[in-house]
Amino acid sequence: MALKDYKDIIHRCFRCGYCKFTSDYSYLGFNCPVYSKYRLESYSPGGMMWLIYASLVKGELKPSKHLSQILYSCTMCRNCSQECKFKFNEDIVNILKAAREEMVDKQLVPQIVGQFLTNVYDYGNPYRELKQNRDNWAENTEIKHYEKGDEFLYYVGCVGSYDTVSQKAARALGSVLLKSGLPFGFLGSREVCDGNEVDMLGEKGLFEFLKEENTQIFKELGVKKIVTLSPHSYNALKNNYSNEFEVFHYTQLLRDLVKSGKLDVSRGFKAKVTYHDPCFLGRYNNEYDAPREILTAIPGVELVEMERTKENSFCCGGGGGNFYTDILGSGKDSPSRIRVREAHDTGANILAVACPVCMMMLEDALKAEGLEDELAIKDISEVMNAALL
Amino acid sequence: MGREELIYNSLVDIAGEDLVSNEPEDLYIYSRDGGTTKPRRVDYVVSPKTVEEVQKIVILANKENVPITPMGGGLTLNGLVIPVRGGIVIDMKRMDRIIEVNESSRYVIIEAGVSQGALMSYLKKNYPDLQHSMPEAPSIATVVGNLLIRGHGSLSQYGDNSNMLNGIEVVLPTGEICQVGSCSTSPHWFSKGPLPDLAGLFVGWFGTTGIVTKASLRLYPRPEKRDMVLFATQNPDLIPDVICKITQTRMADNIGMMEQEKPEYMKGYQFIGVIISGDSEEEINYKKKVLGKIPQACGDSENKVTLLEEIPPSSKERFLEEPPFAAVAADFRKGGGFQYCGIMMPIEKVPEAWRRGIEIAHKHGMLFQCANQVMSAGHEVMFGFNYSFNRADEKDVERAKKAMEDTNKLGLELGGIPWKADLQAQKQIVEKMDPNTFELMKKVKKLLDPNGIMNPGNWEG
Repeated sequence: MALKDYKDIIHRCFRCGYCKFTSDYSYLGFNCPVYSKYRLESYSPGGMMWLIYASLVKGELKPSKHLSQILYSCTMCRNCSQECKFKFNEDIVNILKAAREEMVDKQLVPQIVGQFLTNVYDYGNPYRELKQNRDNWAENTEIKHYEKGDEFLYYVGCVGSYDTVSQKAARALGSVLLKSGLPFGFLGSREVCDGNEVDMLGEKGLFEFLKEENTQIFKELGVKKIVTLSPHSYNALKNNYSNEFEVFHYTQLLRDLVKSGKLDVSRGFKAKVTYHDPCFLGRYNNEYDAPREILTAIPGVELVEMERTKENSFCCGGGGGNFYTDILGSGKDSPSRIRVREAHDTGANILAVACPVCMMMLEDALKAEGLEDELAIKDISEVMNAALL
Repeated sequence: MGREELIYNSLVDIAGEDLVSNEPEDLYIYSRDGGTTKPRRVDYVVSPKTVEEVQKIVILANKENVPITPMGGGLTLNGLVIPVRGGIVIDMKRMDRIIEVNESSRYVIIEAGVSQGALMSYLKKNYPDLQHSMPEAPSIATVVGNLLIRGHGSLSQYGDNSNMLNGIEVVLPTGEICQVGSCSTSPHWFSKGPLPDLAGLFVGWFGTTGIVTKASLRLYPRPEKRDMVLFATQNPDLIPDVICKITQTRMADNIGMMEQEKPEYMKGYQFIGVIISGDSEEEINYKKKVLGKIPQACGDSENKVTLLEEIPPSSKERFLEEPPFAAVAADFRKGGGFQYCGIMMPIEKVPEAWRRGIEIAHKHGMLFQCANQVMSAGHEVMFGFNYSFNRADEKDVERAKKAMEDTNKLGLELGGIPWKADLQAQKQIVEKMDPNTFELMKKVKKLLDPNGIMNPGNWEG
């Protein structure tokens, strides 16, 4: 919906601040990643609602670059929508997205956001990487391209395809799927950005274009079932694409394969593991159990929870395109560093993730915190791959 | 370098670039609140982390003669932390350490930015036998801010929350860091001590006499169980007697009263909710039994008080929830604007306040809605006249503002005093105040803040 469609709702925010917390008001700090970093009221969800109303509805403030910087610092983690006590809570993130659409129309997006969108338009990915390089992550593996008749399309996404850290997860999942015996394949150079971040950044037109491109390819190839590496892809394909495809996040599929005995994890993996819930799997799609069921099924894994977990999980800071735009920036109070310290406090030696964006964000934070000798970031597919017979 | 740039750069040197702003968008948010106060200019906002940073900001403000306004949760809704004469807003919420809990002497030492929600959560996790008096404010409200405005909470049997203050650390307007209470003389923050009560120089002054950076707050035993007893009457004249009889039992943790005209079935009824606690069902049931006899001793067959045996779950939740979700009342008009006029008054003035409050609300085209709290053993009542409004409708904002002014006037006429008074109400209070008292206030202010930099415009009459 456009911002004008929210005109009877947008001024209803009181700035009462429930949106900054977890549901149990965890004393660890605030659960809004942006407010945790900046700590000025303008960077809180309520502050953003008031600024959107003042600048884009009421005209009290002229839309500016600084406003744009504030609005694009949000990672769209949905903690605010979940914790707001009022009936309009679901609309908070939608209003922010609609405001970003206005900023796109007014050509007031931060330069780095513009660069992200242009790159996706020109190259089909935000990294300005050539399309044919989308195959590179699978080199020297037996993972093949999707062929008509394969049961599953393995949709890897931009981060898993190109980011060198996250490629490890892409390969590990491919390896696990091979071991399961399921007929599957990936698109490689035919894969186009899923558009989840494009949508979150407010470029509606580009999102529709990407959706059409991907949908056309899926249809051409006769795809019926899709398994995604990234929860961001999962969110876009499941909730914003046509419902003619059955979409799974890989943790859901692997959980079922373990349960049905098609994957045998009895080799085990000895580690104390804590798990970080990705926002687009948890708060957006209410999937908290599948990753935990996989981890607890693996002999030797001791799962310990962080203070903030499941619906109270603290965002890694990478959502809404921030993994690329880095508007939230680094520093001790950056969400990813806070999260890594929280994981370290559990005494775990593995911080398990189920999202390539979280993986790259937390990996960087781990180095910045100097904790590489005490904690390792691993995708659940990597943990599982090591546990398979 | 111009003066504005010099001040900005100095603030950046003190707190860091991310935590200082003079951008219009950031200042916009600090220049207004959710009440009816018209926006006022803010020149800079800064969010310090340590008392030393606060001290440096105060020294800078003195040197450059720029006003400073300390801010906690910013939820008074009466514009108390919106500067009157511009200058620097100091957002204290980054000073958020819970420093020490003393289980034996039952106190906690916290920094000024600790939120009510964070302290509640910390105690529940680490000290489940202890609790603090949690106000009916959103959880982002700061504990220290609430103490300094004489807020009240879930344990009003012990009085308002400033009665629970053991001591403070304060940065004086001239930059000295000063400790007040037993901590001034002892390593322990266990009481105000048998000393002159200097905390009174900072409580109720709305940040015009110093910046409190730490406080010691009394904690209380947390019982195993909480429950409630609910009475209703259609005759407000019975309320003082009912309150008197309830407090006589010494069984109430907290007594709240409310009335609202919507939904229709609630119209005309005054509800009195009594929160009780105990360590066993037997204890709770005994208290219910004793309190349940009160209606028989109040009123007559025409004017009666009723014990509501079956409390609707939603009402029970409204009274017992921790933290209480009071903000639900704010959305009454679905307009994002809310202000309430809390009048501290003697209990015997409640019936008249009730009747005339309805008249004021109707005169301004609003529905009557009130939420009141009894302090200590009925020594004082906070009568809260709530005005929910649509902030997108300027006429509605103006109606609420006028209703506030009339309500403050009524409160003073009845012998009460507006709580956390906005500028208009401060003026109304000072007009009624003994001139010598006001002179004393001015002398104290001048002595502490010779350059007049601390939240100027407040308490100036």
